[in-house]
Amino acid sequence: MAFQEKKLPADAPIADKALGWVDARFPLSSTWKAHLSEYYAPKNFNFLYVFGSLALLVLVIQIVTGIFLVMHYKPDANLAFASVEYIMRDVPWGWLVRYMHSTGASAFFVVVYIHMLRGLLYGSYRKPRELVWLFGVGIFLCLMAEAFFGYLLPWGQMSYWGAQVIVNLFGAIPFIGPDLSLWIRGDYVVSDATLNRFFAFHVIAIPLVLIGLVVAHIVALHEVGSSNPDGIEIKETVDEHGVPLDGIPFHPYYSVHDLFVVTIFLAVFSAVVFFAPEMGGYFLEYNNFVPADPLKTPPHIAPVWYFTPFYSILRATTSEFMIWLAVGVAAYVALIIIKTRLATKFKIAAAVIGLIVIVAMFVFDPKFWGVVFMGVSVMIMFGLPWLDYSPVKSIRYRPGWHKYIYIVFGIAFLILGYLGVQAPTTIGTLVSQVCTFIYFGFFLLMPWWSVMGTFKQVPDRVVFHPH
Amino acid sequence: MRLLKKLIATLVLLPGLAVAAETDFPLDRAPDHTRDLAALQNGAKLFVNYCLNCHAASLMRYNKLQELGLTPEQVKDNLMFASDKVGDMMTVAISSKDAKAWFGANPPDLSVIARAKASSAGSGPDWLYTYLRTYYKDDTRATGWNNMAYPNVGMPHALWELQGIRAAKYSDEKDPHDPNKTVHKFVGFEQVTPGTMSALEYDKAVADLVSFMTWMAEPAQHTRKRLGVWVLLFLGVFIVITWRLNASYWKHIK
Repeated sequence: MAFQEKKLPADAPIADKALGWVDARFPLSSTWKAHLSEYYAPKNFNFLYVFGSLALLVLVIQIVTGIFLVMHYKPDANLAFASVEYIMRDVPWGWLVRYMHSTGASAFFVVVYIHMLRGLLYGSYRKPRELVWLFGVGIFLCLMAEAFFGYLLPWGQMSYWGAQVIVNLFGAIPFIGPDLSLWIRGDYVVSDATLNRFFAFHVIAIPLVLIGLVVAHIVALHEVGSSNPDGIEIKETVDEHGVPLDGIPFHPYYSVHDLFVVTIFLAVFSAVVFFAPEMGGYFLEYNNFVPADPLKTPPHIAPVWYFTPFYSILRATTSEFMIWLAVGVAAYVALIIIKTRLATKFKIAAAVIGLIVIVAMFVFDPKFWGVVFMGVSVMIMFGLPWLDYSPVKSIRYRPGWHKYIYIVFGIAFLILGYLGVQAPTTIGTLVSQVCTFIYFGFFLLMPWWSVMGTFKQVPDRVVFHPH
Repeated sequence: MRLLKKLIATLVLLPGLAVAAETDFPLDRAPDHTRDLAALQNGAKLFVNYCLNCHAASLMRYNKLQELGLTPEQVKDNLMFASDKVGDMMTVAISSKDAKAWFGANPPDLSVIARAKASSAGSGPDWLYTYLRTYYKDDTRATGWNNMAYPNVGMPHALWELQGIRAAKYSDEKDPHDPNKTVHKFVGFEQVTPGTMSALEYDKAVADLVSFMTWMAEPAQHTRKRLGVWVLLFLGVFIVITWRLNASYWKHIK
């Protein structure tokens, strides 16, 4: 087909002509319309729906500040620590850029955790948004990798020993573990070689994947349309032009709305950056102001706060706990066999896999299983769209007692996070083991509990109270 | 025989006591003189005279001291002994091999020590302020000195001329948990020989020194807070604007 260009009259404004010229060659106006001015979002979003936009803002902050940090940072074991302090002292505004980046890391997790919580409460992961959720969990994984690699770069004691501990976890994998951790480090201990490759991952590899996934996340969302606190598909009720009756254009309504929230977020963010950048040792750990010393292990090594719920699950997996985990696996297999209508071959497969896992639990080191359960505790989120069988999406129309399940799950998650910061104690380990069961129970038993109880009638149209 | 048993018991308990002392010794609150230029200049003077012989502050440039209200000439004439370029870092000539031989450990770099020493027990400055004021004479140590905040520290009391020599006083009290035992309890210091400063003057000098180290650990800290006030004021106004902007759009949505 021959190239066709829409001809504007000769006296048309120059801006219109320019736009016409671009639109003939690039989908500028159509993209703007599809994703902003004619992307119809439900009008009943509540405040929990702003955290997606905020996550995007924090991503931009991290990338921009990161670029400026890389201009002055030296990924060299002998120079790294001093180069960070050089940024803090000698680079004009370097301290601001660095604090924005270090606060941004924690802010990213705050925002993303709330964003995920919202997805959980209102069933945003349900059909047809499974891919939105999968890309989202992928983003979360990237974020964890990004935070882990980035945390080594200041080359302080916590950077160094945190990396040492996490890389050593791979050493617990049977047969290939020691070689695998050696391959990851590029040396027998965390060293200059490790620092260089972590730098490469932190500034190039992971950000590329992260940005790709963010684009996929948004494209997938805009393909199916946003969910809302009522869990109603607004596309099912449309006017004569096919515009959802309960939808409003993202731009300007949600762009001004998000702008308002962005200013509030920036105020909170600035309060931390300018008045408490260390955040009492949670955002910048005190021990990380001591340069990395491979010969001096700190008495207490804890990951940064955003990893601690998963780290607690790792620590909860002690040799005494294995028997309970084995009982848990056996009970779960029994539940699948008795309480599901799966084909017999799947039930046999479940029994065989369960048996193999239980035997392996007593063959391999509990340390290995700690790593497995920590990994599974993150990966299990991928399964959420296929674990939830509830006839309604939103918690608003679920049985009232479902709320308590979410509350218990939330508290268990917070307790795991708290215990992960603390030095291990006997009672703490016991509590974290109970919370580990609650954590996995929430997901694995969801096919059963999510259909139990009396569900409320979901209205046809969204509930909206004009402002 | 009984004496021997006691000795063994003491030896067994000793590591526990040392750990207990390290975590339990209550930290004094360091007075904050970081906004007082005269105090910071005094702290800088003490720092270059007493600390910067063994400890480096290698992340700190001499010309940064100009922020304390000094001219490059004043810095050069009064505060620089190891270098003659104001753009140089505050390094020391001591070799790490010698340091290791003399003190058993390398004296740590002090550039960011005031941030590194923070813990749940208190802020970094609190720790430094307590540490520099709790040295006492202890002939069992190679240096002849010991410290309450940092038991069995390798560093001798660098400021002893100022503070004078002090000894730790202990009293044997009944163990509240076991009436047959006694606990060796620290009750205070006793001045053995006077220093060139009174106790009050010494506390003030240490407070100045610690304030200097606190400033040095993050020279931008007051700029940061000053700017933060303006940023938050701006955002406060901007929040009102975006709030009303949002409301003016949304009032049409029914």
